[in-house]
Amino acid sequence: MKAIGIILAGGNNEGRLGVLTDHRAAAALPIGSCYRAIDFTLSNMSNSGIGKVAVLTQYNARSLRDHLISSKWWDFGRKQGGLFVFTPFTSNTESNWFRGTADSIYQNMSFLMRSNEEYVIITSGDSIYKMDYRQILERHIEKGADITVVYQRMDGKDLSKFGILQLDGQERVLDFEEKPERPQTNAASLGIYVISRKLLINLLNQVVPEGRYGLVKDILVRFCRTLKIYGYEFNGYWNAIGAGTATYFATNMDFLRKDIRDTFVNEYPYIATKPKDEPPAKYNAGAEVTDSIVGSGTIFNGKVEHSVIFRRVHVEEGAVVRNSIVMEGCYIGRGCVVENAILDKEVHLSDGQRVIGVSSVEPAVIKKETKL
Amino acid sequence: MGFLYFIQKNRKLTSVFLVFFWRYLGKTGSVIFLDWFRRIALHLPKVVVYNKKYKKDVELQGEALMGQSLQEMGCSNMREKEMIAMLLAGGQGSRLGVLTRKVAKPAVPYGGRFRIIDFPLSNCINSGVDTVGVLTQYRPLRLNQHIGIGIPWDLDKKNGGVTILAPQVRGGDSGEWFMGTANAIYQNIDFIDSNNPEYVLILSGDHIYKMDYSKMLQFHKERAAAATIAVLEVPMEEAHRFGIMNTAEDDRIYEFEEKPENPKSNLASMGIYIFTWARLREALLEDNAIHPDSDFGKHIIPKMLEEGQALYAYRFRGYWKDVGTIESYWESNMDLIRALPEFNLYEDFWKIYTNSDHQPPQYTAPEAKVKESLVSDGCEIYGEVYRSILGPGVIVKKGAVVLDSIIMEGTVIGEGAVVDRCIVDEKSVIGNRVNMGGGENIPNEIKPNVYHTGITVVGIQSTVPDHVVIGKNCVIYGKTIPEDYPAGRLESGKAIVREV
Repeated sequence: MKAIGIILAGGNNEGRLGVLTDHRAAAALPIGSCYRAIDFTLSNMSNSGIGKVAVLTQYNARSLRDHLISSKWWDFGRKQGGLFVFTPFTSNTESNWFRGTADSIYQNMSFLMRSNEEYVIITSGDSIYKMDYRQILERHIEKGADITVVYQRMDGKDLSKFGILQLDGQERVLDFEEKPERPQTNAASLGIYVISRKLLINLLNQVVPEGRYGLVKDILVRFCRTLKIYGYEFNGYWNAIGAGTATYFATNMDFLRKDIRDTFVNEYPYIATKPKDEPPAKYNAGAEVTDSIVGSGTIFNGKVEHSVIFRRVHVEEGAVVRNSIVMEGCYIGRGCVVENAILDKEVHLSDGQRVIGVSSVEPAVIKKETKL
Repeated sequence: MGFLYFIQKNRKLTSVFLVFFWRYLGKTGSVIFLDWFRRIALHLPKVVVYNKKYKKDVELQGEALMGQSLQEMGCSNMREKEMIAMLLAGGQGSRLGVLTRKVAKPAVPYGGRFRIIDFPLSNCINSGVDTVGVLTQYRPLRLNQHIGIGIPWDLDKKNGGVTILAPQVRGGDSGEWFMGTANAIYQNIDFIDSNNPEYVLILSGDHIYKMDYSKMLQFHKERAAAATIAVLEVPMEEAHRFGIMNTAEDDRIYEFEEKPENPKSNLASMGIYIFTWARLREALLEDNAIHPDSDFGKHIIPKMLEEGQALYAYRFRGYWKDVGTIESYWESNMDLIRALPEFNLYEDFWKIYTNSDHQPPQYTAPEAKVKESLVSDGCEIYGEVYRSILGPGVIVKKGAVVLDSIIMEGTVIGEGAVVDRCIVDEKSVIGNRVNMGGGENIPNEIKPNVYHTGITVVGIQSTVPDHVVIGKNCVIYGKTIPEDYPAGRLESGKAIVREV
C-alpha cells in the first residue's frame, strides 16, 4: 500500500453526547454489542492494506489508549509501521494542546516526515462504515487529484452539521462549505480525505504558522479553488455516532437490521476489536430475549426486547428491558423496567428500579458506574 | 610472575578456586574472562565437585568446565525456568467417534466457543507457567491453527511461550512416532533441557478443569518429592474406571493400580504430574532402553515407586471432567447450562482464554425462543433453542427446534428442523424439516461401545438433506444425499459415513 493513515480522534464532539463522552472520547464509544467506534476505521485501514496508522487523541485520551494499547488485534503489532498513538506533549520548543485538526497533524509532523509512502488517508475516528480505501486511492491517482474528499448524498439528515460539496460533472469540487445554514446540495463530506504526503506537509507548513489550525476550514475551504479537489461518492452505510445521542442510539439499533449485520458482522473482511474471551451468553429458564443483539458473557433471567446488550450484562428474573442499549458489565436487578434508555458501562440497578426514557430520540441516559 | 608461580605450585587449590569463581562469574553473567579461564583450566588437574542439582559428584576439568552443559556449572547466561509444562496433545480420542475424525481430541470444541486445550493452556498462564511444549501427532492441523504462536493465552513470549513439538527425524534414515506418553517426552528431552527447568509439569489435553499448578508445585517442593501426581477423590464404586493411587497417611504413594477390580482407595489420577526434572530425565533414559512405548502410568510411575523414590498424591478439589467419551463429553457440556453451574466460566478470576479473533454479536429474532442454553457470538437465532449449547456463528432458521443438543461453529439448522439430543460438528448443514434424534434407543451397529446413549452425532462439514427422519445413536459423516436414506429414513443405530 502506498499510503499511511491518520485517524483524528481528539475531539469531544462539543459535548453533544452528554454524559456518554464525559469520560471517553467519541471514538471510544461502545457500539453494536462488542465494538468501539474506532474499530471500524482501524479495521478499514488494516483491511485496505495500510500498515502504518497514526491515531491523534486529546480529549479523554486514556479511554482510547486502553483500547489500543495492544495493536495486534487490528494486525498493527508490527516491526514495520504499526499503530502510533499521539497525544499532546510538552517540549522545550512548544507546549500546546492540539488547537485544531491541522495543528494536531502539524505537531506530529515527524510521523509524516519519516514515512516514505506517497499518500496519506485522513479519517475521523467515530464513524461507523466499511470502506476499501484502496479504491479511493486508485481514483485519486487516476484523476490526478490534489485532494480527494469522500462524500455521500444525504436526504433527511440535518445537513447543517456537515461540510457540503458543490461538484461539477467530473466530481471536481467547485465549492466547499463547512456547516452551512442553507446547504446548496446534499453532497455531504464524510471527513475522509486522500492527499499526497508531500502536499500535506507543504500545506501544513503554510497554514499552521499563520495561526490557522483547522483542516477543513483552513485547508479544504481555503484552497478549494486553487487545488484540484475531487469528490468520491460512497453509497454504503455510514453514520458518525459522535453527532449526538439520538444518532448514537439509532446507529446501535441499526445492528438489529439483517443487512447491517451482514455488512459488518457476517461478511468478510471482518471488523476486528479487542477480544475479551467471554464465555457464550447464557439464557436461563426465565429468559425471553427477542429482536436483540447480545454480547458474550451475558446472563439472562428476564425479558429483553428490541435492544442492544453488550458483554457481561446480567439481567435478573422479572426484569424487562425494552428498546434500550445496555453496555458492558451492567446489572439489572429483579423486576426492573428499562425502556428507551442507554445504560452506560457498569451501571447497577437494584431490584425494582425503573429507568424509562421518552423515546428513541430522547432516551434516558444513565452515567457510567451509577448505582441506583 | 609470582602469580603464575603460585598457580604452578598450587594447581589443585587453583583448580577448586577457579570452579567456584567460575560459578560466581556465571551467576553474574560476566563472560569477559571465560576464554582466559579456559586456557588456564586446560592445564589443571581434574576436580570433583558436588553438583546440587543432580545430587551427585561431577568431574570438572578444562573443556568439561567450559564447554560442557552450562547448567551444571550453575551458570545462568541461559534460560532458567523453574517449571515448564509439557502438554500431551497427540491422541486421537477414538471414543469420541466422528468428532475426532479430522481433529485431535484437544481441538474438539467445548462449551460453545472454547476448545478442550484452552483449559490446560489457560491454567498454565494463570498459574504463572509461561513455557509450554505442546506435543502433537494425530491430525495436528486444526490444533496448530488454534494455538498459533500462543497470542490468545499471552503465550507469545520472547523468553518461553508456546512451542509445538511434532514427531521428527532424529538421526538415521527415518524418524519415529511418539510411541507412548513418556516416550513422547523422552524424544523431546532436548527441548526441556534448552529451558533448563527445575521441574516439569506433564499435562494432557483431555480434561475440563481449572487448577492452580503453582499450588501443586508448592506441595511438591515442600515434600522434596521426585514426582507429585494430582488426584481426585471419586466415588468408590467408580474407582475401578481410573488409575488409583494407594497412599500412606501423609499422601505418599506406595502403590499405583491401573483400573483395579477391587480398588483400595478412591484417589484417582488426573493425568497431571509434576516431576523434578533430574529424576524424570534419569527415569526416561533408563526406561526408554527397555520400553520403546514408554508410558507414564504403565512404566515410569511404577518404576519410580519400585526404586523407592518419593511420590506424593496432591488432592485436587473442584470440577474436573474427562471428556473422553460421547456421553461424558455431552454431559460435561450440559453441566454448564444449569442455573448455578458447578463449573463457572463467568467469573473474572481464572479466566479461560481461547482463539477467536472475530467475536461479533449474536442476534435473536422477534420470533425466537431461547431458554436454558449457551449461545456463542455471531449466532443468528430465528427458531427455538432449549437446553443446548451453540458454538460461534450457528444459524437456527425459522421454525427449527433444537433440544438438549450441542451444535458447533458455523452449522446451519434448516427451517422447521427438529434436532433432539444430537451433537452436530462444525460447518454442517441440517436440511429443512429434518427430524433427528427420535425413535428407539438401539446402540450403533458399527461402534456400539461408542454410540449407545441415544445421542446421534453428525461429523464435521456434513450435510443432511431436507425432510429426512433420523433416529437415535446414528452417525452421519460427509455430504449425504437423499438416496442415502431409504424411504427418507435412517433408523436408530445406523450409520452413513461418506469419506471426503
